[in-house]
Amino acid sequence: MFLINCPFCGEREQSEFKAGGEAHIERPKQPTELSDDEWAEFLFMRKNIKGIQFERWNHTHGCRKWFNIARDTSNDQIKAVYKMGEKPPVKL
Amino acid sequence: MSKNLRFKSSKILDETYRISFKFNNKTYYGYKGDTLASALLANDVHLVGRSFKYHRPRGIMTAGSEEPNAIIQLHDNTSRTEPNVRATEIEIYEGLVASSQNCWPSVNFDIGGINNILSPVLPAGFYYKTFMWPKNFWEKYEYFIRKSAGLGKSPKEADPDIYEHKYMHCDVLIIGAGISGIIAAKIAAKNGLKTLLVDEKSFLGGSTIYDNSEFSKINNQIVSSWLEKEINEISKLENLEIKTRTSVAAFHGYNFLLARESLTDHLPINQRENKIRQRLLKIRAKKVISATGAIERPLIFDNNDRPGILLSSAIKKYIDLYGVASGENNILFTNNDTAYETAMSMIQRGIKINAIIDNREQVDSKLSYEVEKNNIKIFKGYTVVDTYGYKRINGLSIMELSKDGQKVIGKKIKLICDSLGVSGGWTPAVHLFTQSGGKLKFREDDQVFIPSKYPSDQLCIGSCNGDFSIEEITTNTILSVKKFLNINNTNYKTLEIMTGINRSKRNIWLLPSDKILGKTKSFVDYQNDATAKDIKLALREGFRSIEHVKRYTTTGMGTDQGKLGNMHALGIISETAGTKMGEHGTTTFRPPYTPLTFGTIVGRNVGEFFDITRRTPIHDWHVANNAKFENVGQWKRAWYYPKENENMHQAVQRESKAARECAGILDASTLGKIDIQGTDTSEFLNRVYTNAWSKLAIGKCRYGIMLNEDGMVYDDGVTTRLDENHYIMTTTTGGAANVLGKLEDYLQTEWPELDVYLSSVTDHYATISVCGPHSKKIVSKIFPDLDFSDEKFPHMSFKNAKIGQIKCRVMRISFTGEQSYEINIQSNYGKSVWEKCMEAGKNFDITPYGTETMHLLRAEKGFIIVGQDTDATMTPIDLQMDWIVSKKKYDFIGKRSLYRSDTIKDDRKQLVGLLTENPDEVLEEGAQIVADIKKSPIEMLGHVTSSYYSPNLNKSIALGVVKGGKKMLGQKLIIPMENKNINVTVADPVFLDKEGKRLNAKL
Repeated sequence: MFLINCPFCGEREQSEFKAGGEAHIERPKQPTELSDDEWAEFLFMRKNIKGIQFERWNHTHGCRKWFNIARDTSNDQIKAVYKMGEKPPVKL
Repeated sequence: MSKNLRFKSSKILDETYRISFKFNNKTYYGYKGDTLASALLANDVHLVGRSFKYHRPRGIMTAGSEEPNAIIQLHDNTSRTEPNVRATEIEIYEGLVASSQNCWPSVNFDIGGINNILSPVLPAGFYYKTFMWPKNFWEKYEYFIRKSAGLGKSPKEADPDIYEHKYMHCDVLIIGAGISGIIAAKIAAKNGLKTLLVDEKSFLGGSTIYDNSEFSKINNQIVSSWLEKEINEISKLENLEIKTRTSVAAFHGYNFLLARESLTDHLPINQRENKIRQRLLKIRAKKVISATGAIERPLIFDNNDRPGILLSSAIKKYIDLYGVASGENNILFTNNDTAYETAMSMIQRGIKINAIIDNREQVDSKLSYEVEKNNIKIFKGYTVVDTYGYKRINGLSIMELSKDGQKVIGKKIKLICDSLGVSGGWTPAVHLFTQSGGKLKFREDDQVFIPSKYPSDQLCIGSCNGDFSIEEITTNTILSVKKFLNINNTNYKTLEIMTGINRSKRNIWLLPSDKILGKTKSFVDYQNDATAKDIKLALREGFRSIEHVKRYTTTGMGTDQGKLGNMHALGIISETAGTKMGEHGTTTFRPPYTPLTFGTIVGRNVGEFFDITRRTPIHDWHVANNAKFENVGQWKRAWYYPKENENMHQAVQRESKAARECAGILDASTLGKIDIQGTDTSEFLNRVYTNAWSKLAIGKCRYGIMLNEDGMVYDDGVTTRLDENHYIMTTTTGGAANVLGKLEDYLQTEWPELDVYLSSVTDHYATISVCGPHSKKIVSKIFPDLDFSDEKFPHMSFKNAKIGQIKCRVMRISFTGEQSYEINIQSNYGKSVWEKCMEAGKNFDITPYGTETMHLLRAEKGFIIVGQDTDATMTPIDLQMDWIVSKKKYDFIGKRSLYRSDTIKDDRKQLVGLLTENPDEVLEEGAQIVADIKKSPIEMLGHVTSSYYSPNLNKSIALGVVKGGKKMLGQKLIIPMENKNINVTVADPVFLDKEGKRLNAKL
């Protein structure tokens, strides 16, 4: 079980959190102007990589805040935790 | 008659405390401190079980948790009986009752033993290959296979014992309290680190604590005495916590470990009452040091599984620790120096050794010379080729090994014995290390896998790291622990080590025999009866990966996870396939290291604590009025209220009629309620609901449907505008938490610019819904000051009100199609207001109704229930609810998906009403709907989602989803059931009062 360093509460156990899928997928501002394919890209297409993956997590049993983490899927190491709206650390 | 093989007491036995116990209905005696295995051996009992497949007689083989054979059924009491308990781990106690498993009628005469004779026709994969034909016979085969499968009996009643979970945190966790673990604990604790030391045994010191040999010394003291002093010293350290009888079951990522602490399993039965039996420790350690030791390897030769054959280290342990000899005529068979340590223990106690068979041609350690000095015959360069005796070994034959070790040569020599100790060297116990994600490397010179890459902040020391001699263990442990913990001073000055063994070893995975392979039974996995022959067969049949060979032959798949034989399986595979060790991978060790009881896993989360139960503030009234309850999520909701001898159907019919003909009252407190405030709330609602919200006036209510971004219906409910910037949203009972989560998600991540604040208030309010033609009169009595006229208080509006001094909200909204008022009041007044309503409604026959009636009433109106009439594939268009989807709004969640190529198809499943040809026939929910039953295969068009007998319409009604259903109005379809076909007609889903007259009906 991971230990996740919530940017608002500090280090807490994974059971307090809920994963919310891939990060940095912005909801299109003008969905009606997208083709089926473009909308499908937003709606369905997600990465599933071996290595560093950027993910959204929610501190559901804590501050209820959403934030992002960078997790190495090959060993579950969390390389960075950063707030919504921020960009992932450059070194990753 | 049984002999007494106890010759001398030891330090862990209390000889003044004699314990009687029963094994296979016979009473035996042992001493406090004995394991069941040591006590049985002292009584000369070797035969304790039968093997899984061939039902061969099996005896005690080891003295630890790696035991594959001596697994027994503990307790004869049906609620406490426990299968697959290792006799080598159970400490005996007064009242112990145990019996053999996998044998009938008895371990001495087991009918299943016929499988041993049939074994030539029972190769690996026998069941897979044989019971495939003819295909439809499988069910018949299965009955018999299931009967003979399985080990032991599971308890038939609830477990009466108490278990608990405990979180533990430490700087350093040390697993294993052998010599290296003790040294590490001392270094860590003395340097101020909060240290936790755990060991699966009842005593500390591992195997060193009973090593009394003159040949291994530290600072001129016998190692056992040196270690005893160390243990005394550390047991006084304040920041060191020691837990014995604690077995680490799992080593997860981030140094999170699970361990089972046994608290009462060693106590006499009468001292266990009301005590916690076992505790699951959830340990978070900053650093972990594994000092889990090593497991001695057996040797693989023909008939290597007879009772009386033990690991040589186990024999030594039984002698040194329990004062028990495993036999009177002993032979040792080895490929390394370990067996000579056992021999020395035997010599010291005067136990007869008939011979030592050593694979090595050269045997030249101090220890071996000492053994030879005692006139013990050593056959160097020899191997055992066969053993004799059915229920107990009574002899064996040996032959010389060829130079390359591939063949046997010369004459066969027969020797007699009643106990054989085998030693194939040592395998580091890296199970926990690999569970944590650690990678192994293969060390060629002594053919062992040792830890190479640590996935977290952890370290392996001692023999689990491949250090086997006292010298390597102490020196390397001190060095590596210092470095690992960043410590300069260790309190350990240079240790002077003396050891009598050297590391030479002649490793032959499968020893040759004078017989051809097909004629031998050389067991690799004792518990599952997998032989070397089976592994070679698997390779011949094309299996290469160890994971495949494992599953095909069942090697390593028993309760012992192949702790003894897995290395040999790998060795035989690599030898046969001509590959390098580890090239085909090693098998994966999975938690738990030793089996856990279910009780430990669930801890206190049993019975009413299994899950949270949510009760409404009115719950007690429902109970007092004979309500039956149904679970909705975690909520207990009143389902129906049977009167006298009513069954469910009768009660629901009565409640449904009453709600439409006079008045009904429903506890709707479980509906999710979200308080929404902020200047952008109406914009927010516009974005999350499909319909328009901008024009909702203060004091008005509106029904809304929420979609997922994929266009599918997610939740529904009524939202009321309480004030300019203040709304209250209701959600479905089950969807409340998810809806709040979803809305929060959008607010925080997509629309942070919106000034909107959400707060869950589900538990803050009790919600009482009064409906029916008399409802207005009833609520008027409760709120005499409120104007309930249709003009002042129309449908879909809301008013603030008061009962006494208590503020409440009254909404006129309806889920039944009747005139209906909903009173929301803070929870603690819920029950008294409900009672007020009952009192006020007395003259109007007010009838409490439950969720079943609610479902029936809304089905009459064709109102959907999200999750019952919808699944995650229904759009509002599919539900024939086009009216709720705003055409004008630029965007809302899911809008774009409503005209994807797939969502605009005509033949999607769409919600329709269904009327049966015979109005008394009620359809089964979930039943398939078809058009043509002659077609093969029959095309399934959809299924029935809701179905009831309507007492108000006097006919059966149903909702269902049907492919292209919207265009099928009036069409005949068929519901094929097991014994009949039911004819139905597609109808409008609104069965009653389509015009909505009843909402304003006056009586």
